[in-house]
Amino acid sequence: MFKRIDRNSLLFFGVTIGFFVVVQVLILVGVLTPFYETLLRLGAVYAIVSLGLNMIYGFNGQFSLGQWGFYAIGAYTAADITFRWTNQASTAGLTVLLFIVLLVGAAILILYKLLGRLRGLDALSAFTVYLLAAFGLAVVGVKIGQVVAIPLNSVLAALPAGIATTIVYVLAVIIGALIAAEVSFLFGLPVLTLGSDYFGIATLGFTIIVKVLLDNSDTLLGFEEMKGARGMIGIPKVTTWFWVFLFLMIVIVVVRNLLHSSYGRAIVSVREDEIAAKAMGIDVGHYKTLTFVLGSFFAGLAGALYAHINGFLHPDMFNFIKSFDPMIIVVFGGLGSVTGTVFAAFVWPLVLEGLLRQILPPGFETWRYVVYPLLLLIMMLLKPNGLFGNFEVPYLRQVLPALRKKISTERSQAPSAPAVKEVNG
Amino acid sequence: MNSTKAVSPTPSFIEMLVRRRVLRTFFLVFLVAVVVWRIGTALWANPTLFLQQVIDGLRLGFVYALIALGYTMVYGIVRLINFAHGDVFMIGAFMSYLAIARVQLHLWPTKVFPGISPVLASGIGSITVILLSMAVCALAAITIERVAYKPLRSAPRISALITAIGVSFFLEYFGALDFVFTPNFITYKRPFDVTTWVFGSGGVQALVPGQAIPENTVTFSNISIIIVIATIFLLVVLQYIVTQTKIGKAMRATAYDQQTARLMGINVNGIISVTFAIGAGLAGAAGMLYAIAFPQVTFLMGVLPGLKAFVAAVLGGIGSIPGAFVGALIMGQAEVLSAAYISTPMRDAIAFTILIVVLLVRPTGIFGEAQREKA
Amino acid sequence: MSDFTPAPSNNTHEEILHIEELTKLFGGLRAVNNFSLTLHRGDLNGLIGPNGAGKTTVFNMITGVYTPTNGVINFMGQNITGLEPYQINQMGIARTFQNIRLFPKLTVLDNVRIAYHPHAGYGLMDGILHNGRFQQKETELTEKAQDFLAVFNLQDRQGEIASNLPYGEQRRLEIARALAAEPRLLLLDEPAAGMNPAETVSLMELIHFIRERFNLTILLIEHQMRVVMGICEYITVMDFGEVIARGTPAEIQANPRVVEAYLGPGSAALSEKFSRKKAL
Repeated sequence: MFKRIDRNSLLFFGVTIGFFVVVQVLILVGVLTPFYETLLRLGAVYAIVSLGLNMIYGFNGQFSLGQWGFYAIGAYTAADITFRWTNQASTAGLTVLLFIVLLVGAAILILYKLLGRLRGLDALSAFTVYLLAAFGLAVVGVKIGQVVAIPLNSVLAALPAGIATTIVYVLAVIIGALIAAEVSFLFGLPVLTLGSDYFGIATLGFTIIVKVLLDNSDTLLGFEEMKGARGMIGIPKVTTWFWVFLFLMIVIVVVRNLLHSSYGRAIVSVREDEIAAKAMGIDVGHYKTLTFVLGSFFAGLAGALYAHINGFLHPDMFNFIKSFDPMIIVVFGGLGSVTGTVFAAFVWPLVLEGLLRQILPPGFETWRYVVYPLLLLIMMLLKPNGLFGNFEVPYLRQVLPALRKKISTERSQAPSAPAVKEVNG
Repeated sequence: MNSTKAVSPTPSFIEMLVRRRVLRTFFLVFLVAVVVWRIGTALWANPTLFLQQVIDGLRLGFVYALIALGYTMVYGIVRLINFAHGDVFMIGAFMSYLAIARVQLHLWPTKVFPGISPVLASGIGSITVILLSMAVCALAAITIERVAYKPLRSAPRISALITAIGVSFFLEYFGALDFVFTPNFITYKRPFDVTTWVFGSGGVQALVPGQAIPENTVTFSNISIIIVIATIFLLVVLQYIVTQTKIGKAMRATAYDQQTARLMGINVNGIISVTFAIGAGLAGAAGMLYAIAFPQVTFLMGVLPGLKAFVAAVLGGIGSIPGAFVGALIMGQAEVLSAAYISTPMRDAIAFTILIVVLLVRPTGIFGEAQREKA
Repeated sequence: MSDFTPAPSNNTHEEILHIEELTKLFGGLRAVNNFSLTLHRGDLNGLIGPNGAGKTTVFNMITGVYTPTNGVINFMGQNITGLEPYQINQMGIARTFQNIRLFPKLTVLDNVRIAYHPHAGYGLMDGILHNGRFQQKETELTEKAQDFLAVFNLQDRQGEIASNLPYGEQRRLEIARALAAEPRLLLLDEPAAGMNPAETVSLMELIHFIRERFNLTILLIEHQMRVVMGICEYITVMDFGEVIARGTPAEIQANPRVVEAYLGPGSAALSEKFSRKKAL
């Protein structure tokens, strides 16, 4: 049994790392133009955000349209950190957000343990507690961060510029993802108690609210460098193929491992039948929250990576119309299929930005958005389970454990067996 | 919300806090207090301005109501969030634009009966245009329903939802093509002249074009009156159809239980098409009225009003016709008042904030029926 | 297999479940009124009554799906009223459903393994990392589940998708899944519904078997009188949310109020009962 898993893992990592190396070499040699390299990086980013959504919708059954909002939060958070470092040589953004993330995160974990013990606490009351704690600690985080930033500035300035930027970048990506996760916890806490369609529309509302806030990020939120609806420029373009690939691999392995553990089965049981799951001792609310936060973490991660691809962010990129993109990718690839999601995520930008641009005659670029909904409709009519359905590559597939020999003796001990057998025969 | 830890005895004070939902009440009271305080101070500072906002909000709310009805009816009968509904609204606006600007359909009474009085002529002309928009939208909706939704009726709900999103995108970007509606903003030509009245200390006066609006007065135009009258008329017709006619009865039966309705000899597919058609007709009318009120049309114009109308339908309790109407009025007020007194750019966000808060307090909306969880 | 058998108690008459004055209102409808019930260790009791009598509502209140309007539910000396369903399950009450509720798209093995989740024995991070602790505990858990399936003669079906099983096996799997969590009390909601006579007989044997094997206390709702009268030792009869009779099968069969409740004093009352929606 373990031998087979090992072979599958070897095959999987061999093929994927081979793919990575081939693409990397093609980039270095110059065969792959920057345009197509960007499409590949975009594909990986879409894969991460869509895997997050597949966790929430495909495996946990919560119809969320809020994925793009968390993507936006991750993007702007990380961009703000690296922007301040490269353009203002200041680590204030990094330290302030780091301390906010750490303090609020710790508070959420502690409160979660404490409030979980209360019998019959309603979601809004719990939300109030979390919100007050988060606000209070965010203020504290800002103060601490501003103090810590000063010595850190000189430390990082002493390092070679490339290394310092890389450190700031990686931290920024992780902080962006964590901020998205924490916001999703606060938002999800009350909203996850709603029924499926209502949850969908509330999360859609979240995406719209985030977009409107970003439109006014300079005036309402006070982040002048984000420049509101004019778009944020000057973000270092440091997301290379290496980074997106590395994070995508981590996300795939995390998703795969989680799904093939008892926790993954608990997550899926919520999708299958909520009431039965409750009756089996599964804390449904807990697993909905967990999956939602994890999915949003991936969304934030993807957003943070995306922000450093083009070095430019605009609120229109996080328009709610775009928020259907990950949903469409997940449905195209196959709900509940990791393989399908990753495949569809890579195909998506390649077809929409690459292929359709090539095959449509010049002047017909606007037709792309006519063709792709048509493809979607045809797809829904002919193959509603997505391209891959439930298919997974062997590494991602669940291995059925072998039956033990001992069982045959057990069976004879069970007096019910013969009678039951007779009925089935 | 709960950890998997076993329950341990808690101090009685905290238990009391939990049982009485003190924090929840505190939170909601705080929210309501902020809103009341903002509105109260606004009303105190400038009552006429406030009244003006309320009138503008009503105008918007009535248009939303027409769109929301289509959402609520379709959802009630096939449990589908018909994302394409907002784009049907857009088609309605464009149809009326084409009829007026290209064909000059609104002028036919004066051409056919040269001696007709101008008021009657523009009235009949406008009604013709609105009926045309409604008919085109109804036709479009039936086509959409037959081609895209009907084959998926037994498929998982997500398939239909994704299809609805696909149809929505298709309508938008097909409309954006150069030979269809073009990707530009187009100025809408109203089928009648706007008359504005000023209501102030000097009574009601018609505003002469070019005249500045006097201080401390409330203005309203024939547009608002037309929107309110048209909406109420259509609502009454709809209410009549749903409650008094055979088709309405069949619609309600289908919404309640499709399977049984079919067994009772109701043509369920036909009824679903009729529902789509009626909803789309209302959206078509709304499209024209909206374009008259805010005279600009573009291929994406249906997206946000559509969404807000859907929010209104959810707010009122989806599936409920009076609910959609009340929800839409709330939505209109919320949008206009928040734009005026809280933050103009946040107007779109506030609609959804209200939705989320209302859903948390009353998960089935204001008029929604409580659905018992089945074990 | 010894880990499935709780240590036998010296006191065989230990109270397992004690319900007092349980009432549930749905709007104006009094679905359950002043219901009380006591179960002792090892009891196999039945809860019967016409459709809409409130039997399943009682189950739903015991398992925490509904919060009672009034009344107290004590389980093994602890007040469990108002707890979440998953907490009640973890305390030792398991149930099956009237219309089988398996996890339809999951394998038979996973259906049972999900029931073991509260006792998985490794943390979320272990699950994400697939570390040594995960490997060890997951293997243990899987073997336990396989052994358990073997008891119910479902081990050959472990890789089958649950919804593809024949009806009788689905029912058996549901009972197996309920028992995997090692409950003290098992609530069976119409286990024989939709079964043919042969399947029903084997079900009755299965119920007897699991009761002995797992040292269980069982409360079951059933419509097939053959099952109820055949295996229950003590029966509670409900009608219109109230308890109208209690007693041994023989006593119940002789009770005129029970006969009246089922057949009705007149056709008017009968049709009224039929028109009432079932609580479940």
